[in-house]
Amino acid sequence: MPEVVPKPIAALTVVEVDYGGRLALGPFDLALQPGEIVSLVGPSGCGKSTALRLLAGLEAPTRGAVRRTPGRGETAVVFQAPTLMPWASALANAALPLDLAGVSRAEARERAMAALERVGLGAAASLKPAQLSGGMAMRVSLARALVTHPRLLLLDEPFAALDEITRRRLADDVLALWAETKPAIVFVTHNVEEAVYMASRVVVMSPGPGRTAGETVVEDPLPRPERFRTSEAFRLAVEKVSADLDRAMNGGERAA
Amino acid sequence: MRRLSIFLAPLVLIAALILIWEIACRVLNVPIYLLPPPSAIGAALQANAPALLVSALNTLVMAIEALVAAAVLAIPLALASSLSPIVGRAISPIAVVLQVTPVVAIAPLVVIWAGLDHPERAITALAAIVAFFPIYSGAVTGLRSADPDLERLFDLYGATRRQRLIRLRIPAAAPFALEGIKVAAGLAVIGAVVAEFVAGSGGAQGLAWRILEAGNRLRTAEMFAALFVLGALGAGLNAAFQLGERALLKTWRGR
Repeated sequence: MPEVVPKPIAALTVVEVDYGGRLALGPFDLALQPGEIVSLVGPSGCGKSTALRLLAGLEAPTRGAVRRTPGRGETAVVFQAPTLMPWASALANAALPLDLAGVSRAEARERAMAALERVGLGAAASLKPAQLSGGMAMRVSLARALVTHPRLLLLDEPFAALDEITRRRLADDVLALWAETKPAIVFVTHNVEEAVYMASRVVVMSPGPGRTAGETVVEDPLPRPERFRTSEAFRLAVEKVSADLDRAMNGGERAA
Repeated sequence: MRRLSIFLAPLVLIAALILIWEIACRVLNVPIYLLPPPSAIGAALQANAPALLVSALNTLVMAIEALVAAAVLAIPLALASSLSPIVGRAISPIAVVLQVTPVVAIAPLVVIWAGLDHPERAITALAAIVAFFPIYSGAVTGLRSADPDLERLFDLYGATRRQRLIRLRIPAAAPFALEGIKVAAGLAVIGAVVAEFVAGSGGAQGLAWRILEAGNRLRTAEMFAALFVLGALGAGLNAAFQLGERALLKTWRGR
């Protein structure tokens, strides 16, 4: 089967990661096709974030291989917290990747402004993080990730600290933004509904050391049509992912 | 109403203590060289105001000079030790030894080095030694305080060491360095006074000299007056730095 699929934009092949001599992740495989959205679901400490750091090239695996095709600036990460520079305006925060890449100040500002407008924060460009709400700060973080037009976007529980209403709105916004430039997205979460809603493929991971415990393909179109959350397809996919997760948790306990 | 009472509470307590002090001195007939009543201290304050103000200014100038010298020395060293762990390792034991050695113990040596004709140089140098550590350790801590995820982001976008220092570590360190400078300002005044005591000469004409001189002549009310000015100087300096810190932090984080 690997012969027929197109060349992945990033792939983990039988990777294992040890932390302090203990196996934290793996053996784990994940191949990401260009433009694909994959959710990684699993309990805390299953190595989801570690897998993400491997895909970002921020960490090297203890064993196994990581293949990445995006060049410098073509990978973006959004963390669980907005991770903004508190001393800098929303605009300067969004411009950071361009500033670091040596883009001229004027151009960086202009493109950062465009990115802020894409996430609906054009009017808040001059505000500093302390003056933004949690949802707004997350949007700035998203604008910063999108400003380089990445080919690979890694989202590490980006909505975890937000309230339900805000996270639903942001989920739709992320999908709408994805539709514009179609980056490949890995979306890490421990929320099953959110995983199904966001991705065309949901990978369930077992508790540490994280391994693939199940995979569910969600056929429906992205971005999601209205009322997708109440549809039969959504419910079935959520049930399948939940069953995978249950099995992963119980299997993990039996093995321990 | 509540705010008013919070504001008034310390003033009321101070007024009450002063009143008790005044009454006790009069009723118990305490000798004036042992404990002068507040009214006598007030009179001494008034009579010696010009001299006390000049002395306070001298102490203040020495403390500020020391603070500037300490900052000029401590901040580049903190930057150097942030850039190179080896430099940090090399500096830290010396900084700690300087910090734990009482300024009184080093003072006679520094007074000799500065020359007996220039006690003010020795006093400034000693106050600078005292002020160095809080600024240095604040800056070092601050330079390490950046959010680890932000550091990862700088990795992700391939930031150079220079970019990381200028765009991440220095701005992240600013509040810590400010706090260090505020603490150091208070210590610099203390250092300047202690050093002047040890120097034991009137050459610098600081507040400590006023206290020593009045003490030698058993003019206790004048001692209290000088102490009062010293307390006011310290509190005023602290308040000024507090306000400055607050204003700078407000622009730093925008709120």
